[in-house]
Amino acid sequence: MIPLVRQEVVERYRWLSDDDFADVLAIGNTLPGPIATKMPGYIGYRVAGVRGCVVAVAAVILPMILAMILLLGLFSRYRHISWIQGMGQAVVPVVMVMMAQLTWDFFNKSRLALGWGVSLAMSAAAAVLIYAVGLHPGWVIGSLLAAALLRPAASPSRAAQ
Amino acid sequence: MIYWELFLAFFIPNIIGYGGGPAIIPLIEAEVVGHYGWMSAHQFAETLALGNALPSPIATKMAGHVGYDVAGAGGAAVAVLATVAPSLLLMLGALGLLYRHRHSPRVQRMSQWVRPVIALMMAALALGFLLEGVRGAGAFHTGLIAAFSAIALLRFKTHPAFVIMAALIYGGLFIT
Repeated sequence: MIPLVRQEVVERYRWLSDDDFADVLAIGNTLPGPIATKMPGYIGYRVAGVRGCVVAVAAVILPMILAMILLLGLFSRYRHISWIQGMGQAVVPVVMVMMAQLTWDFFNKSRLALGWGVSLAMSAAAAVLIYAVGLHPGWVIGSLLAAALLRPAASPSRAAQ
Repeated sequence: MIYWELFLAFFIPNIIGYGGGPAIIPLIEAEVVGHYGWMSAHQFAETLALGNALPSPIATKMAGHVGYDVAGAGGAAVAVLATVAPSLLLMLGALGLLYRHRHSPRVQRMSQWVRPVIALMMAALALGFLLEGVRGAGAFHTGLIAAFSAIALLRFKTHPAFVIMAALIYGGLFIT
């Protein structure tokens, strides 16, 4: 989606230069949350203030939110029909495969940055805290984020990888 | 108060969801299914399936749908606002500060350190979907659909929309 936004913003309407666009993208990536709403929100604000921001974000998200509400609403209304129910059950394994793929993707990125040992140890520690102790994941991730932000500099061995 | 709960349920995942866009999926599941119990695991899987088949970010689509399901149009507005507004306001308000740190190793470390935790939660979610699939469609259909979608998604890089569509047709015809 980002190349398409760039095409419109930089080439067609010339609201931002190529460098500015790259900077906005890098800044957006320092913050959590979807990049696909941060970029339009920021660009909309720069071009036309608060209204521009609201219009740009709404244009990105509203159509598909409405589609979701409509389609899933329709689906639950006819859930009692057996073949509709079958359709609902058939998508579960697909989502399972997608989630397994994402698991591998995230773990692989983590392995490349931190190595097998550290990644597995962190996953295992998180498993104990979240699923055995019952700690809310927000606390686990929040403390990791705080530690990552506050700890002075990256250790040389890690930076070398 | 339901609006406050909806706000929190989407604010927290979106403020800690570092490591890439899909990172918020297991975090939202932890709130919506695990913590507040607004949806069953099965409904969450259906929402995710449709969300993956349609364009635009998954976070806002989930927020809009769950918010609407729980508390109508107002709920949808609150959940979407909690998803979009905090990081956007930060971006507009602290642009200079963020600009200076955009390539900082600390910022990159935030994503790196969170990823193993997110990967674990994703694995747990995948396992949950597997059990849900076996419980609902049965082991045979689940295995067959999973094998075909794995080949389509991983080997042939088919767009998720087509895989979901094929699964819907299969389910409508053969799982009754």
